[in-house]
Amino acid sequence: MQYDVAVIGAGVCGAMITRELSKLNLKIVLLEKCNDVAMGTSKANSAIVHAGFDAEPGSLKAQLNVQGASLMAYYCNKLSVPYKNIGSLVVAYSWDDMKTLDELFERGFANGVPNMEIISQEQLRTMEPYISDEAIGALWAPTAGIVSPYELTVAATENAVLNGARVKRNSGVFDIEFKNDMFSLSTATGVIKAKYVINCAGVFADQIAKMIGDTSFKIIPRKGEYYLLDKNEKKMVNHVLFHCPSKMGKGILITPTAHGNVLMGPTAIDLDFDSKLDLDTTIEGLNIVKNDVRTVIPALSTRNCITSFAGLRAHIAGDNSDFLIAPSKANGHFINVAGIESPGLTAAPAIARYVGNIFHDIAPQYERKESFQTTRPAPIRVNELSDDARRALVEKDKRYGRIICRCEGITEGEIIDAIKAPCGARDVDGVKRRTRAGMGRCQGGFCGSKVVEILARELGEDMNEITKFGNNSNILYERTK
Amino acid sequence: MLKYDLVVIGGGPAGMAAALKAKECGVKKILILERAETLGGILEQCIHAGFGLHYFGEELTGPEYAYRFIEQVEASDIEVKVDTMVLEIRTGNVVIATNNVDGMLEISATAIILAMGCRERPRGALDIPGSRASGIMTAGTAQKYVNIDGYMPGKKIVILGSGDIGLIMARRMTLEGAKVEMVCELMPFSGGLQRNIVQCLEDMGIPLKLSCTVIQTHGIERLEGVTIANVDENRRPIPGTEQYVECDTLLLSVGLIPENELTRMAGIIIDPITNGAIVDENRQTSRPGIFACGNVLQVHDLVDYVTEESQIAGAGAAAYIANRPRGRNRYVSVSGKDGVRYVVPQNINVSTEQDVKLYFRVADVYRNARIIVESGDKVLFSKKKPKLAPGEMEYVIIKAKDIGELEKKQLVVRLEVPKQ
Repeated sequence: MQYDVAVIGAGVCGAMITRELSKLNLKIVLLEKCNDVAMGTSKANSAIVHAGFDAEPGSLKAQLNVQGASLMAYYCNKLSVPYKNIGSLVVAYSWDDMKTLDELFERGFANGVPNMEIISQEQLRTMEPYISDEAIGALWAPTAGIVSPYELTVAATENAVLNGARVKRNSGVFDIEFKNDMFSLSTATGVIKAKYVINCAGVFADQIAKMIGDTSFKIIPRKGEYYLLDKNEKKMVNHVLFHCPSKMGKGILITPTAHGNVLMGPTAIDLDFDSKLDLDTTIEGLNIVKNDVRTVIPALSTRNCITSFAGLRAHIAGDNSDFLIAPSKANGHFINVAGIESPGLTAAPAIARYVGNIFHDIAPQYERKESFQTTRPAPIRVNELSDDARRALVEKDKRYGRIICRCEGITEGEIIDAIKAPCGARDVDGVKRRTRAGMGRCQGGFCGSKVVEILARELGEDMNEITKFGNNSNILYERTK
Repeated sequence: MLKYDLVVIGGGPAGMAAALKAKECGVKKILILERAETLGGILEQCIHAGFGLHYFGEELTGPEYAYRFIEQVEASDIEVKVDTMVLEIRTGNVVIATNNVDGMLEISATAIILAMGCRERPRGALDIPGSRASGIMTAGTAQKYVNIDGYMPGKKIVILGSGDIGLIMARRMTLEGAKVEMVCELMPFSGGLQRNIVQCLEDMGIPLKLSCTVIQTHGIERLEGVTIANVDENRRPIPGTEQYVECDTLLLSVGLIPENELTRMAGIIIDPITNGAIVDENRQTSRPGIFACGNVLQVHDLVDYVTEESQIAGAGAAAYIANRPRGRNRYVSVSGKDGVRYVVPQNINVSTEQDVKLYFRVADVYRNARIIVESGDKVLFSKKKPKLAPGEMEYVIIKAKDIGELEKKQLVVRLEVPKQ
């Protein structure tokens, strides 16, 4: 197949960029090596919209962070993605910390972060009643928020598909040739030809760049481990709570999630270059999170933990740790979008527009479509409906009356919608990310087998062909005797 | 809005026994709401024998035990809605439910019996570090795949936790041709029934490793192995005892959690030890007219006891519907100490006319310990037992007359453990 543009990697950036470029009259394909979109950093991160006071003034990170934060509400609204503008607090425990808050404030001011404020212990207590007695003040940034990162990725992909983009999953790129102004990408599902390539391969972006002879950067996978707590801990934290930052990142944070759980983490451990599949949680890592959280909200109990997980940030090796978003020096038709670590999720909407501009500079021949559709149809969320609306819906389609996931109250109708959607779910985790079935406190104990059954039925497969997340992550073997 | 005298939430052994008892006691309009496609609850997937020895005096399989009640429910005028999920209990005992036949249901009830059962503790709650590979599931989920869906969830298996479901599945998977490498138990004793340890592990030649746990899972896509380690008396892994065990499946049988989401939403007071409602001798909760029984109240090891307890709740609800008692009751409070973890019921009406069975569990394995029930200086019960274990629920019976005569409105169940 021949395309104008091939985007490699269906994380939040790849998806948002594909959507952005599907505004143009061109043929675009999004290539993903896994069985679903949002399978890398985009599914395992802090799910935060950063206000933008961390990055060095003048850096690409600073620029795209502040822009992204102000764009996020608009995009989440258009794409029907859970987003809450709850604001963030950087909590200080000492006068040294208070000095750091001043520096952050100055930096935020230089970056253009609006409406920040340094607040007193008393104000902090009112905003966060369970905060440690040791906390003496905080930097309040009202533009920060929380978003569901995988849903943003799914939604952007669906929207791109509605606008004509192709998505090819299980299509990892293992070789690239460039001849006569045309890239030939060898993928697990065949050769793809494209005039332009956008490298959004996350922790693997260096390996993809190397395929065209670009060895200008190396990506270190930086592991972060998290705990996710039950929704009954929701009252314990109202805003995104940060420690004062250190060299390794913004430290461990505690935050509500867009769905009302409490998330805490991440650690920051640099792995070897060849450990880019290592998503193991570790005793040491989880203990760091556990102990750290106690200093912020002493009453928060990890006994109410429903899961723990690890994600990898794509950190560019070396001193300059800015985003790398530019045409490659090795080939001007190949755009690197690399090193998208924090605040990458926040910046994603701005990154998409920024890449759109770069693309226009190198390929001005493509014009805007007249028919671009900015929204994706909002998925039905039964438990968010009023009694009357819910009654009317079930009246129309009884499958929205049959609860499959007890903990989150997800119906058969919603699960079928997620499977039938453009770029729909093909595995159990895909259903989980799109609908929340299996995300609750029993973690799929009851609904897991029902979801397998529904997937098999809707996809026309046998139950033992259904996987947790593609490839060899099968759940069942052969039939019993 | 539909109107019933009694709505029973859950159509497993608890819900059915409670509804049938209430019927027997003269309650007219009864509705059972069941979230699964059939009545019977978890018994439907428990195809092994061992049920009914106490209650029926014969050995039945789970579905057989359930069927004895399903038959009676079907023969009665008790109404049943299956595949129906209760979403909420609102004030005034209004039950909101949904299914794919009626859509949304709003049901007003004079009394409600909570019989939602329990669920298994999932991997996430255990904090086992490692990968997110497939092949890690609760023993009950595996049981459903094997016994209901007819698929093998694995071939080379390690089981963490020696709860009864784990023990049963060790045997079941072996009989289906899988290799069960071992059962690891964090505690120095098993939480399962002695008869299951003998029949499911010893007879099958499966090693039970006590004071041992899984400290890491391996494998990126499908599970490839686990690292196990021995633990010290504080349940911390002992460095140097780590051992890699190759397996494609890790089954978890590490505890059951009463499913009290609805109970909590309804503002009913929960016992922090049982994780079930605090109840009186009729199994009435802190909300008048709402009763609880079965595994949603306390995790039982025998369904026979579930049936017994649910009949108490059914009779209690019937009496409530008939009399609509008003005003405050005077209670004797019941608690456990010195090795007794909890006692159910937690309260007894001073004016109770029936003898009361106090169910309890002990905290550790004890030999030749004496069970004592006392109120202040007054001893109401005292008996030595050769062996007590956390896996086996115990009970003592207290006479109604004795309760009425108590000066101090407190009963304590405790153990006297012989010095070694």
